Amino acid sequence: MAAKRVGIVGVGMTRQSSARRDVYGIELINEAVRAALDDAQMTRKDIDAIVIGNMDHFEGINYVDTWSVDGSGALGKPIMKMTTGGTTGTTVAMGAYYHVASGMFDRVLAIGWEKNSESDTTGAIITAFDPFWDRPTFGGAVAGLALEATQYMAETGATEEDAAYVAVRDRKNALNNPYAHLRMELNIEAIMSTPYLAWPVKLGDMCPRTDGACAVVFASESIANDFPSPPAWVRGLADRHLWAYTSDPYVNQRVKGGTWFPAMERATAELYEKVGITDPLEQFDVAELYLPYSFAGLRYMEALGFCERAGAPALVRSGATDMGGKCPVNPSGGVLSSNAIGATGLLRVAEAALQVQGRAGDRQVPGAALALATGFGGCYWSDELVIGKEKPEKVRG
Amino acid sequence: MADETKKRQYLAIESGEMSQPFRWSAGSYGSKFLTEIRDNKKFWGIKCPKCGKVYVPIRSVCGPCYTEMTELVQLGDEGTLITFSVVSFGFVDPSTGLQRPVPYGYAVIQLDGADSYLIHFIDETDPEKMKAGMRVRAVFEDDGKRTGSMLDIKHFSLIRE
Repeated sequence: MAAKRVGIVGVGMTRQSSARRDVYGIELINEAVRAALDDAQMTRKDIDAIVIGNMDHFEGINYVDTWSVDGSGALGKPIMKMTTGGTTGTTVAMGAYYHVASGMFDRVLAIGWEKNSESDTTGAIITAFDPFWDRPTFGGAVAGLALEATQYMAETGATEEDAAYVAVRDRKNALNNPYAHLRMELNIEAIMSTPYLAWPVKLGDMCPRTDGACAVVFASESIANDFPSPPAWVRGLADRHLWAYTSDPYVNQRVKGGTWFPAMERATAELYEKVGITDPLEQFDVAELYLPYSFAGLRYMEALGFCERAGAPALVRSGATDMGGKCPVNPSGGVLSSNAIGATGLLRVAEAALQVQGRAGDRQVPGAALALATGFGGCYWSDELVIGKEKPEKVRG
Repeated sequence: MADETKKRQYLAIESGEMSQPFRWSAGSYGSKFLTEIRDNKKFWGIKCPKCGKVYVPIRSVCGPCYTEMTELVQLGDEGTLITFSVVSFGFVDPSTGLQRPVPYGYAVIQLDGADSYLIHFIDETDPEKMKAGMRVRAVFEDDGKRTGSMLDIKHFSLIRE
């Protein structure tokens, strides 16, 4: 069985909002799956296998693969659950890709979903971590990210206003996305005037808690052109999960010139080598990045090689990452506008696919042909995919 | 108004005071670390025979070298502030079911003699008064109150010369 190149041929997403009380979890999943199948003009019968993921302790339902078969369409089909924390959505995309690239399946459905409204997000995140070394003092994502923000500012001279620029940009972009949760035009002063959650991170710097789902159909090169929309090709992917405990990522401090985010640096190096990226700002037409809070839109740009260390504030303030700039970041509004965690990474992949297919509606970057999508999670884990309009010359892992 | 009426028509059930207790094993090295802070207020790390790195939290495998570690190394109760935050949003600590008292200082700390770091509380809630590189010291829970947990360390204190 020869390895196959893989294209994205169908995308479905639900409206994202703070609480989708009108749907049960299985129904929310179904809403996204139906939209993806309709988009590809397929039926449930056409699907060969399914990969599904969420953070199961957010809903307290621990057999999601089985529980959701009616809604996901997996009844009587091969299904796998993949759950890797914040990166879950990009991991299910990678899982579906591997299924198809292996040559064993032609049409695989990736599903990511979450109903964050069903539990306390900070509590649920804390219980994802080590009971001995992390939980007693851990304050969830907000407090964990604040440690990184403090360090980033101390080492680069970046300011809270620089970070606020990222929040302003992403939330403004969300005005063009009818599926986004927070759609609001704010200025830097408005972000700066929100209360601190964990210094230096303010309410306006953080992503919301969201209910939502996303489904994406991956198809092998043998059939990828038989769908209504031209395929968005997966040109390459890479991921790194490096650390065990919440304090471990900081061990990297002695790497000279490093960004303290070795997982992202290493995944990026592998991915760019595979795909032939030497100047991401020039080569990517658009990026959908998992930026869970504003400061990530600075530091992660450096880890992704879009600029030199400490160069991100100037880069984002130059407008290069705005709509109309050299490489718009998060035309969808990104994670700062919608964060249904298990769906979030898959939404980055889905949005990247829509962009290179020219189907992104009001949020379309004109002529986009090459897109970067990322997932972020836990102890600084990193998943990255390049999605392109052109079919890759060969299968590249 | 119509939306509000609609919202109310959707039912939800609550888990209430449901409890699902776990009993986690610390393993031999974790037990040694926690017993030593409980009984002797002493920190122990573990050293990789290959790269020489000393790890806290204690563990038996050096991930990068993938070697088994057995050499315990005693560490001081002082260290260096690596980075910090002041947590001010309220949330329920899922380990205790109680509201975590806010605001509190939260920090990454490198104990003297260790290559890796710990996260813990710090007894300062003014971010202007903290800076990476400052010296800190562990403050332990009173005798008789320590139970063999990371909370046997009450917090770290800035050493103010």
